[in-house]
Amino acid sequence: MRMFDGRVLLKQVILLFWPLISTWVQGAEKIDSCQLQVLEMLSSLGSAGGKSAKPSFVSYVTPEEIKSEKEPSRKEKHPDLLPGEVVFCSASTVLKYTQDDLSQRGVFGVLLCTNFRVSFVSDEEPTEEMGQLFKNKLYGENDIPLSCVDNIYGGSEDKRKLITGGLVKNKYPSKMIIHCKDLRVFQFSLSFSKEEDAKKIFQGIVHHCLEPKSLRCLFAFSYCENTSYPEAQRKKQTVMFDSVEDWTQDMKRTKGNCRVVSENSNFELSPKLPQYFIVPKNVSDEDLTKYQGKGLPMWCWSHHSGCALFKTASIPLVQEDNVPQTYMEKMLTAVAHNHLYSVKTEDLSDTLPTVQDILLSYNKFKQFFLIDNTTEFWMSDMKWFSSLDNCGWLDIIRQCLQKAVEVVESLEKENTNVLIMEEGGSDLCCVVSSLVQLMLDPYYRTLLGFQSLVQKEWVAGGHAFLDRSNHLHLKDKVESQSPVFLLFLECVWQLQQQHGPAFQFSETYLTVLSDSVHVPVFTTFLFNNDGHRDSLLRAESPHTQRSPLNCPTVWDWSVQFDCKAQDLFTNPLYTEKPKQDTSVRKSYRPRHLRQLSLPSSAFKTPPKKGFFKDEADNLKKILGVKRLSRWMLSPSSDSPQTSSSVREFYEAWQTKPLDYHGLLLPCLDGPSIRVWMQRYLRWIHDVQILGGGPVAMLSKVSEILGEVQELQRQLDRHGCTLTSNHKGARPRAKTAAAVIAARSSVRLSSSFPFVTSRNWAFKPAIPTSLLQSLMVTGMPGNLADREDDGGPESLV
Amino acid sequence: MRRNILDSEYTVCHYTTVIQWKMLKYSLNLTGIRVTKVAMGDSSKSTSTSRSDRSTHAAKPTFAMSSDNVSISTDFSPELRGRPKAVAKVLRDSKEEPQLLPKESVQDMAKDVTYICPYIGALRGTLTVTNYRLFFKCMDREPAFVLDLPLGVVSRVEKIGGASSRGEVSYGLACKDIRNLRFAHKQMEDSLRKSIFEILMKCAFPVSNGLTIFAFEYGQVYPENGWKVYDAQAEYKRQGLPNESWRITKVNDHYELCDTYPSTLVVPVNIPDEELKRVAAFRAKGRIPVLSWIHPESQATVIRCSQPMVGVNGKRSKDDEKYLQTIMDANAQSHKLFIFDARPSVNAAANKMKGGGYESEDAYQNAELVFLDIHNIHVMRESLRKLKEVVYPNIEESHWFSNLESTHWLEHIKLILAGALRIADKVESGKTSVVVHCSDGWDRTAQLASLAMVMLDGHYRTIRGFQVLLEKEWLSFGHRFQLRIGHGDKNHTDADRSPVFLQFIDCVWQMTRQFPAAFEFNEYFLITILDHLYSCLFGTFMCNSEQQRVKEELPKKTVSLWAYINSQPEEFTNPLYVNYSNHVLFPVVSMRHLELWVGYYIRWNPRMRPQEPVHQRYKELLAKRAELQKRVEELQREVTNRSASSSSERAGSPTRSITPVQTFV
Repeated sequence: MRMFDGRVLLKQVILLFWPLISTWVQGAEKIDSCQLQVLEMLSSLGSAGGKSAKPSFVSYVTPEEIKSEKEPSRKEKHPDLLPGEVVFCSASTVLKYTQDDLSQRGVFGVLLCTNFRVSFVSDEEPTEEMGQLFKNKLYGENDIPLSCVDNIYGGSEDKRKLITGGLVKNKYPSKMIIHCKDLRVFQFSLSFSKEEDAKKIFQGIVHHCLEPKSLRCLFAFSYCENTSYPEAQRKKQTVMFDSVEDWTQDMKRTKGNCRVVSENSNFELSPKLPQYFIVPKNVSDEDLTKYQGKGLPMWCWSHHSGCALFKTASIPLVQEDNVPQTYMEKMLTAVAHNHLYSVKTEDLSDTLPTVQDILLSYNKFKQFFLIDNTTEFWMSDMKWFSSLDNCGWLDIIRQCLQKAVEVVESLEKENTNVLIMEEGGSDLCCVVSSLVQLMLDPYYRTLLGFQSLVQKEWVAGGHAFLDRSNHLHLKDKVESQSPVFLLFLECVWQLQQQHGPAFQFSETYLTVLSDSVHVPVFTTFLFNNDGHRDSLLRAESPHTQRSPLNCPTVWDWSVQFDCKAQDLFTNPLYTEKPKQDTSVRKSYRPRHLRQLSLPSSAFKTPPKKGFFKDEADNLKKILGVKRLSRWMLSPSSDSPQTSSSVREFYEAWQTKPLDYHGLLLPCLDGPSIRVWMQRYLRWIHDVQILGGGPVAMLSKVSEILGEVQELQRQLDRHGCTLTSNHKGARPRAKTAAAVIAARSSVRLSSSFPFVTSRNWAFKPAIPTSLLQSLMVTGMPGNLADREDDGGPESLV
Repeated sequence: MRRNILDSEYTVCHYTTVIQWKMLKYSLNLTGIRVTKVAMGDSSKSTSTSRSDRSTHAAKPTFAMSSDNVSISTDFSPELRGRPKAVAKVLRDSKEEPQLLPKESVQDMAKDVTYICPYIGALRGTLTVTNYRLFFKCMDREPAFVLDLPLGVVSRVEKIGGASSRGEVSYGLACKDIRNLRFAHKQMEDSLRKSIFEILMKCAFPVSNGLTIFAFEYGQVYPENGWKVYDAQAEYKRQGLPNESWRITKVNDHYELCDTYPSTLVVPVNIPDEELKRVAAFRAKGRIPVLSWIHPESQATVIRCSQPMVGVNGKRSKDDEKYLQTIMDANAQSHKLFIFDARPSVNAAANKMKGGGYESEDAYQNAELVFLDIHNIHVMRESLRKLKEVVYPNIEESHWFSNLESTHWLEHIKLILAGALRIADKVESGKTSVVVHCSDGWDRTAQLASLAMVMLDGHYRTIRGFQVLLEKEWLSFGHRFQLRIGHGDKNHTDADRSPVFLQFIDCVWQMTRQFPAAFEFNEYFLITILDHLYSCLFGTFMCNSEQQRVKEELPKKTVSLWAYINSQPEEFTNPLYVNYSNHVLFPVVSMRHLELWVGYYIRWNPRMRPQEPVHQRYKELLAKRAELQKRVEELQREVTNRSASSSSERAGSPTRSITPVQTFV
């Protein structure tokens, strides 16, 4: 024990002088024996535990095999392993650079790769910090879940190279840079570890993070086998849309009048269709089975006027065959029959960017935040605005929001049924339909309502989460990778920024949700559709065929956060709907009565190139079918019309009193669409506003909110004491107020709650490289060279 | 019904006077309407409620909420205060002319003038020009559309094109507050009679036409004399001056040492007045290094001055060198002195040709010279011109960010903030004294020194403290407002005009965005200052120096803006303010955190709804808390009464039935 202490002390001394030693070592041409000794000592100190476990490069190996090889003596260096988590390989004396500066300083520790994460365990005693309140129970600040790894770079000197998987034989870089999907950046130096260890850990990490693997190897399966979750609790909270009742309930809530289909409960109709869904009443049983569910209008939401929003996967038009055409027309008629014989179709594939566009744009966008060093950061600062424009990410957000506003306009103003479609019907359809519902229906702006919305439109709606995130790194799925769900969250964030008091959930909630997509524990994000989930969970179940494997969904927030941390998910600005307003909805109704006449000839629109070609013209005449779409690639004459119509709709809405529990529309003008600062800037040290940021404002609001609630409680208590004589012992409702207020002594920063109370030097970030680019570009004439005071005539 | 019409009319005038009924309506929607209705409800019970009471009552929430349309309403509020009992005026609202301020008189009025609004389209109405304002009212709309702007805002009036086929002539008004207005009206048949726009051209530029600026006529009396807000001696005393190292000198009492400096100056104890004069000879315009701010603990100081007259030959001044050495010595914590030259080094070097230049590190030992790369007034003026093109009247949806970047406006803001940050950092973290100068030391120097002081000293983040800061660093130290703004001067191309002060306010706004709870004032306070920078209603921003202000007897003849602001501080208070005055604020000066001040630059666009629901929610909560507190207290009283009575019934009972409940304060 004494011996150990001595080594720790020695090590601390070495660490203290590390910058000195390292420059000294690097500077020398030949490393003399003395230096070698130091290095050896250093590496032996780190790997005090002895030999490393054999790394496994075969991901299909069973966990038991690895477990048996594990040496108990290493245990002290492990992070707290989760149930079902096993260590594949590890290396000691790895240097983790502290990102904050260029001085190449860092901390030594052990780098491990498990079946869940890449983990770095610092040799230094963990300093117990105040800021642990928002700790994720599954992974810590130095852990990267395997599916959260975005890119790995190998670096040496000043070059860095993207590692693309494949066995990197016998070679490993001295420096490993890991970019995470939650935008963290880690830099490790392997040059102080034993060569063998370094090689193994590097190859291990590359293998487990980048190589194709089977779904069964995802951590969720071994995790769920070793944990049990009370299912009953979950049921109460979020509507999962995995039963007929849930769907019926939602249709009743919106007063829809459609048909719930339960024929697919065992995926007999099609494994790609949801287990349960809703179609217009006029869709017959035989219609259900055609084209594997393509072209089938799926109900999303009913407007209080009676019209409804439907989405569908479009049927590719095969020219020689006229059958899909007639089928489509039939379906369209069915939709039109839902309300007033009117329908608008909207082919999102034509008007919105493709999933590939979305991916490309996001890949450019995220690079602005994956910053390796401060110099790079400040260099990019000058061109920040034009870079934003060039990557087009914000513009894609704007387009999605605008499309949603167009649909809202049709539902709200014209009371027509709307059918949105795209190939597959589960990407942009999900984005647009969820946004439409958020704008129109205040229920979805509550926390539980929002979770139900995601369940309904995305999980049950069959968004291919697995393919879109490509957790498995399958080569043939590279093409299908795309952050569509993140795009949706981005749009929600924009709405929330503009209309804060309308949303019960907070910005932090959205950020955490966007991170959770990359934590391979929750069934929510692991599958491509209902059928996929069902078959896999059944197959993986250790017990009988009857009970599928019980895994947590992301909505089981207690898996990740304790109650106090979850308090930060609620928005202190949210105002609950006043109770007496429940009749508002009905009072709107008469307004629409005058529109009960059939669409007149005024609905005629000039023939346009659309899904329904001229053959469908008759149908259009009968039904008043209109297309909302404009053609994005060929800016035809109607594109400004659409946008100006949206503008008028927005302006008309703007002049009415703002009701946070009514229709919400986003402003789409340039300055209104912004960057989601919390999500993207939280890890970048140089842009943390110490003592400022939105939290400074919100904490004040939650503080007073807490006081109001406390007063209310007192009032209730007094009321109780007055009426009856027993004290109303109401449970203390927890508020975010308590959480933030408790820490008001700690200096919070703009990255709250993600980075807290790190002992940052209280020193401002002084931008480097200020002026280089500024004036070189076209400053007109000699303005810059002129004197401050114009000419001689102005010398007053 | 009639009452309603009146009310809506009334709100038009008082809320905004603006712009656009749509926007106006919006603001009412957002906050006003509810409040107004409450106010209406109240007044319907007691009809005698005077209008001004109601207006101040109803107008409050709008301030916190919307920044765009309230601005001009300030021009009205003083008037309301002026005639609190003018009940009869309710009826006058329906007329087509404005309510006049004291000493304001109608100069001309024309019917059937068309205002071509970029957002609504053409509006036909009556145009009135007074010696203070331009007032346009269109009665065709419901509620009536009103445009009301002080003439001081107008920078240029020009006739656009010839007479059209319909015999209409068109006039364009370029305004200093980032908008352009366009009017059209029938050509005068009687060629002898002057068009209203010719009258306008005369009244809008009183200085050029030998007329008096309205500020000198406006005789409103406020409860407080705003000219007394700043007392140099008191402010230095607050900073702990004079002390053993620094003294207050009277050498500039009659502005003989330097005519652009204030009469009260703080200089090192060891330097006698005679030596100051020799230093003045070596500094441009005699603006010697003097103390602006001293750190209460480390004694590090912020010193401001103008450039040294080094010239091509590298002239030196022993007195100046000794003087700076003394400044350094006054701070025992550091053996260094930082000289921040606000200019780009190229420009600083170019100044040598004209006799100016910068301190060489050879001559000034222990001093380190840093260039802050902030550009001159001409570059800034050009940048603002481009910005106006980008934001007014409409924003191009695509390429917004690229367009914004091409104006370089935020880049300049960033450089200024970055400069101030470096200064504040040196003083706070480095405990080192700093000297700040540019060429003359009245533009960039004022920006940097005052921003650094806002970062360092919480006092300047209060409403009154900020007024002191402006009075001190900008007004008394001779920022040339008259020249930079061109009050009442028709020479709109004057190369001396520049938005230097606007930039400073923008920088402060950026800081309020980053530290939403650190400032006692709100966004509306900053907008009000900017609006009255141009309005020529108050004397505050008249003239170029303290000497001129004394000579013109401004405190005697005009009203100070602070009198108006301090008479209703609640309008300008940030409800979220937490007084942590001891905290130093270091803003993040990355483009990632800088944004265009939509509430100021794009406030005329009705689509850009202000997004400040936090304040509104906060105020609601405050009200709720007060209400609950009251009820709790009532109940408590009742409970104590009951328990008292019950205990008296059961006399001698030793137990207390109710524990006193702690109430929040």
